[in-house]
Amino acid sequence: MAKGERDKAGNDVPAGGFVQLLTPDGERIDSATTADGSIYTVDFSDEEYRELYRDLVTVRRLDAEAVALQRQGELGIWASLLGQEAAQVGSGRALRPQDMAFPTYREHGVLYCRGIDPIMPFGLFRGVDQGGWDPNEFRFNTYTIVIGSQTLHATGYAMGVTMDGKTGGTDGEAVIAYFGDGATSQGEVNESFVWSGVFNAPIVFFCQNNQYAISEPLERQTRVPLYQRAGGYGFPGIRVDGNDVLATYAVTRAALDNARTGQGPTLIEAYTYRMGAHTSSDDPTRYRISSEVESWKAKDPIKRLKAFLTKQQLAGDDFFGEVDETAGALALDLRERVLAMPDPQPVAMFDHVYPNGSPEVAAQRNAFARYQASFEGSGH
Amino acid sequence: MMTETINLGKALNHGLRRALENDPKVVIMGEDVGKLGGVFRITDGLQKDFGEDRVIDTPLAEAGIIGTAVGLAIRGYRPVCEIQFDGFVFPAYNQIVSQVAKMHYRSKGNVRLPIVIRIPFGGGIGAVEHHSESPEAYFAHTPGLKVVTCANPADAYSMIQQAITSDDPIVFFEPKRRYWEKGAVDLDAPLSGAFPLHAARVARPGSAATLLAYGPMVKVALDAAAAAAEDGRELEVIDLRSLSPVDYPTIFESVKRTGRAVVVHEAPGNLGLGAELAARITEECFYSLEAPVLRVTGYDIPYPAARAEEEYLPDLDRVLDAVDRAFGW
Repeated sequence: MAKGERDKAGNDVPAGGFVQLLTPDGERIDSATTADGSIYTVDFSDEEYRELYRDLVTVRRLDAEAVALQRQGELGIWASLLGQEAAQVGSGRALRPQDMAFPTYREHGVLYCRGIDPIMPFGLFRGVDQGGWDPNEFRFNTYTIVIGSQTLHATGYAMGVTMDGKTGGTDGEAVIAYFGDGATSQGEVNESFVWSGVFNAPIVFFCQNNQYAISEPLERQTRVPLYQRAGGYGFPGIRVDGNDVLATYAVTRAALDNARTGQGPTLIEAYTYRMGAHTSSDDPTRYRISSEVESWKAKDPIKRLKAFLTKQQLAGDDFFGEVDETAGALALDLRERVLAMPDPQPVAMFDHVYPNGSPEVAAQRNAFARYQASFEGSGH
Repeated sequence: MMTETINLGKALNHGLRRALENDPKVVIMGEDVGKLGGVFRITDGLQKDFGEDRVIDTPLAEAGIIGTAVGLAIRGYRPVCEIQFDGFVFPAYNQIVSQVAKMHYRSKGNVRLPIVIRIPFGGGIGAVEHHSESPEAYFAHTPGLKVVTCANPADAYSMIQQAITSDDPIVFFEPKRRYWEKGAVDLDAPLSGAFPLHAARVARPGSAATLLAYGPMVKVALDAAAAAAEDGRELEVIDLRSLSPVDYPTIFESVKRTGRAVVVHEAPGNLGLGAELAARITEECFYSLEAPVLRVTGYDIPYPAARAEEEYLPDLDRVLDAVDRAFGW
C-alpha cells in the first residue's frame, strides 16, 4: 500500500487524500473538490454547528459510560465507538427521516441520531435481551454481529424502495449500510456491491475504515484504497476524513441525495481510527504502537470542532460547560436505568421464535413453565 | 371444480402463479428463474406474465439471493427464493441460519421475514456432485426456520401457496426426482380449506407397521407397502410433509396402533431426521413398541457418483428388509 502523505499543516493523510472541510486544528475549508469535479461543502447555521458539537460530546460520553459499566461488570461486553464519533454523527445527521439505516454493532452514534433511546443497545450487551428497538419505527435495523451480512439486507431493502417507486425526487427514500474495513473482505459485502450496481439500488455504503479488524491491520484486508473498489462495480467511491464531522456530513448527504434521485449507489470510505479496543475483550496494546494512537489523538473529531467554534466565537466556556454537564447527566441517567434493567423472565426466551408459533416450541415452553413452577416455595 | 392431472413441477408452477396473482408483494428471485424459467422450468412463463420486477433474475451468488430477500422482506415484500440445487445452498447458509432464522427473535417480533427458500433436493436423476444432496437436517436443526417438503402434485400446489402466505421463514424442499410424476390437482381449491402446513398425511392406512417418509421417499414407501400387502402385511405410510416442526401426534397415534416403525430418508443416517424420529417415538410410544424403531437411510458418505446412486438410495427392497427385521424382533 502506498505510503501516506502530509497536508500543508504537516498532518498525515492517506495517499490520494480525502475530502476534508475542517482541519485537525479547527480551520474551516470552504469546499472540497474531488477528481471527478464533485464539490462538497456545508452551510450550517451557528446553532447547527453547536448542535453537532453537542451530538459528538454526547455520544462520546454515553460510550464512555458504557465502557465504565463493562469494566464494573455490568455489561458482558461493549463495542466502543471512541474516535469514530464524527463518522457516525456526520453520516447519521445527514440521513432524512424517511431514510433507512442498516448498522453493524458499533453504530451507537447513528442510533442516537435516529432518535432511539440510547439505552436500547445496552440490553444486548448486558445480556437481558437481543436488542429490541422497532426497526420500522425508527428506520434503523437491528444490530448485526456477523460481519457484513447487513449490507445485503440494506441492498434488498433498497431494491424494494425502487420497486415501490420511492426514488426519483428529492423526497425519495435512500438506504445506508454501515460496515468496517474488515467487512470489505467478506464475500457478502462484495455481493452487495454487485447487486447494488446491477439493480442501481438507492444505497450508500458507509465504510468506517478504523484501520483494524480486531488485530488485523488494513494491510491484511486490501492492497488498494477501499473507496477505489466501487469503480469495479460501476458506481462512485469517495474517501472522506472520517474524523471531520462536516466532511462526513457533506459527503453522506450528497451520496444519499444521489441515491434518492435515482442515481444509484455510492461507496464512502470514512478514514478514521478506533481509539479503543475492538471490544472490551480485546487488548490493542498487543498489535499497535502508542505513537500511532497518539498521532490519531491529534486528529480528534471533538477537539477540532471545539477549536473551530472557539475561533469563530460561536461558543465559549459557558456553552462547552453546559454541553458537558448535560451529557454527564444523560450518562448518569443511563447508568441508573441500565443498573435497574430487570433480567428477563426465563420463560420469555420461548417468545418470538416464529411469527405463527410452533407446536413444538409451545410444548417445550409449557414443560419449562411447569418445571420452573415445581420449584416455587422450595427455596430454589 | 377444475381438477387436472399434472406433474409435480407444473403444480408448483401453478401454485407460484396463483401466489403472484393473489399478492402483489410476492416476488420470485433466483438464478435463471426469469427467461429460462429455472433449470427445472418450475418458474416457466412467470416472468413473461408478471414482469422482471416480480420474477427477478439475479446475479450468481446464493448469499446475495437470500440476503437481499431479507431486505426486501423488511421492506414489506414476500420473496420466494430459488436455490438452483441442494448442494449450492451452503454459500447462503450464513444468511439462512444466522439472519433469516433469527431476525424475528432478535427484534422481539418487530421484524417478520415471510421468505420462502425453494430447494430442489435429493438424488435419483444421475447428476454430478452437489446436485443430489439432502441437506434438510441442517435447516430442521435451526430454530426459527420451518422446513417442509411435498411428495405429490396436489400437496405441491397447496403447500407452496401456504408457505408463501405464511409469515414464518420456510425452507421448501422439492423432491426433484418426482418433478415429472403426475397426479390430480384441484386448481380451484381455496387455500383456506387446506390442511395446516405442519400436518402429516396418512398416505396409506395400515395396521401392521408404520413407515415414515417424506419428499422423494414417500413413493418408495408406498411401493414397499403395496408389495408388503401382497404378502399379507398392511403397512401404514405417513408422509411427514413438515420436517420442522414434525407432526408428532399423527405419528404417535399410528405407532401406538401398529407397534412398529421404520423411518426412510435419503440423507445420511447419522444425526438425520430418522434419528430424531426414532428417539421421539421411543420416548412417547415405548410401551407400545414391539421392536426398536429402525431406519433406512443414505449411508454416511458424500453423495456417491451417479452410477452408484441406485445402491446408495433407499429402495423398496431395503425398506422391506427393515420391515422384516422389525417383525423378526
